[in-house]
Amino acid sequence: MNPRLFGKAWLSLGYLFLYLPIAALVLYSFNDSPVPNLWRGFTLKWYEKLASDTEMLVGFWLSLKIAFITACTSVIMGTLAAFALVKYKRFTGRTLFSGMVNAPLVMPEVIVGLSLLLMLVSVQRALGFPERGMMTIWLGHLLLGMAYATVVVQARLNDLNPQLEEAAMDLGARPWQVFMLVTLPMIAQALLSAWLLTFTLSLDDVVLSAFLSGPGATTMPLVIFSRARLGLNPSVNAVATLIVLVVSIGVVAASLMIARNERKRALEMAEAARN
Amino acid sequence: MKSLRSWFTGRAAVIGVPYVWLLLFFLLPFLIVMKISVSEMETVNFKDLITLKDGVLQLALRFGNYVFITEDDLYFKTYLSSLKYAAVTTVLCLFIGYPFAYFMARAKATVQPALLMLVMLPFWTSFLLRVYAWKGLLSEHGWAYDFITATRLDLALAAGGLIPAPGQLMNTPFSLVLGMTYTYLPFMILPLYSNLAKMDLRLLEAATDLGATAWVAFWKITVPLSKAGIIAGSMLVFIPCVGEFVIPELLGGPQTLMIGRVMWDEFFSNNDWPMASTVAVVMVLLIIVPLAIFSKYQAEAQEARK
Repeated sequence: MNPRLFGKAWLSLGYLFLYLPIAALVLYSFNDSPVPNLWRGFTLKWYEKLASDTEMLVGFWLSLKIAFITACTSVIMGTLAAFALVKYKRFTGRTLFSGMVNAPLVMPEVIVGLSLLLMLVSVQRALGFPERGMMTIWLGHLLLGMAYATVVVQARLNDLNPQLEEAAMDLGARPWQVFMLVTLPMIAQALLSAWLLTFTLSLDDVVLSAFLSGPGATTMPLVIFSRARLGLNPSVNAVATLIVLVVSIGVVAASLMIARNERKRALEMAEAARN
Repeated sequence: MKSLRSWFTGRAAVIGVPYVWLLLFFLLPFLIVMKISVSEMETVNFKDLITLKDGVLQLALRFGNYVFITEDDLYFKTYLSSLKYAAVTTVLCLFIGYPFAYFMARAKATVQPALLMLVMLPFWTSFLLRVYAWKGLLSEHGWAYDFITATRLDLALAAGGLIPAPGQLMNTPFSLVLGMTYTYLPFMILPLYSNLAKMDLRLLEAATDLGATAWVAFWKITVPLSKAGIIAGSMLVFIPCVGEFVIPELLGGPQTLMIGRVMWDEFFSNNDWPMASTVAVVMVLLIIVPLAIFSKYQAEAQEARK
């Protein structure tokens, strides 16, 4: 078989495999049938039901709040950690530090969730707080988000030309000014990607939330998970379709914006080089 | 002098804040789990490990849970089958993902960003919902169900012992492995792609000039050079799969034993916190070697970029 043709076929089948479930989710959210995966005609009734689904809506609002705080704090902590790893090649316990930063990327979430919960319970017994709820879920999500944000920001920092920062320092800028005026604009895109990534991670997390949530703090994924466990449920399909829609628009818009900024910067660089 | 001092305090803050945070919320909790795994459960509280009795310090360690785990057949079987399913998933992801990443990296430079984004996009949409989608696809009337039964593939699956009987796809080892392969495939493709895209293609030209066929050049040059990507991808798939909970819960059914689920049940259903902690500690022991390989690779990859 022709290798080019084989390559195209393999890629097509791979993408089919990746997108088939998403297509099915979206299509069957419009299915007018009591059997959720047997097509019986078009309807919007699952979306109407969703509008009055208080449990889901409350969960969605809570998830949105947690995801927002998680994304902001993860980017801050991730940027600090990435800076520490890129700028300082030796300090005491650096190996332990980089290990702890990377481990949550692969560590089974049940372990992270259980250990964080057991610690929080011990602290609560000793001090009387924190109550389990939004705060404790955020703590767990931050641990995961921080790891992802570090990887994204670190990759960008590694690609930067250190001479730009050195030049600013030679011209008398303070470290803080160098960061705000030189480094930050150059890593802004990485910070945006890291923000979006950690936002979606938090919005999607089940396991950490299940361990760390308390009474009255049921996030949207926990609602979805408890329904999905019981079987097929068209309301889950409707939520899925809305999420797919929002995420696709968001990711496409962000990547267009990044591409436009990159073109603009390339133009400015060329302009500067000419002068 | 002042600027020198501000550099030092800046350095201390940049390193110190995330460091202390991780020590407090990642390392310390795990040490507490280790402690609880050897504690005795009282009605509400755990017994202190060290007590002062008659002026003598007493250290009460209870290894009963560990003894129980090694003696109990079920735990042993569960650990073994978690490792087995994770390994099978890793091999499948590599088998599908390697050619996929290879053809992506060799596609026209203009289409590569779009191809890459198409791999990332499902990764951005909810993982939970994509796993749930397979429930519908593999149940009766689902697309995958219809396809597999129409092509008689289910006979082969049943013969291979992956499903108990032809026509029953959900809640089987097959649906579990399929769901894990589907979920973790992008984690295999992305590191492989970034590795293969960087490769110096002149090496292949040199090999061809020296008389190697494309097939030989692929196995002798491309594959060895992509070793780092293979290792990174495999670890990114294998380690989380060992402790996976959501996928076995939604797609696995009761016969497919996974350790993440057993731990969950010990904790949430049996309320046996020391036992859950013991299971967690043993789980970490199982993945400690892959974890070390992964973090060594990750550190090297980041340092080597310069």
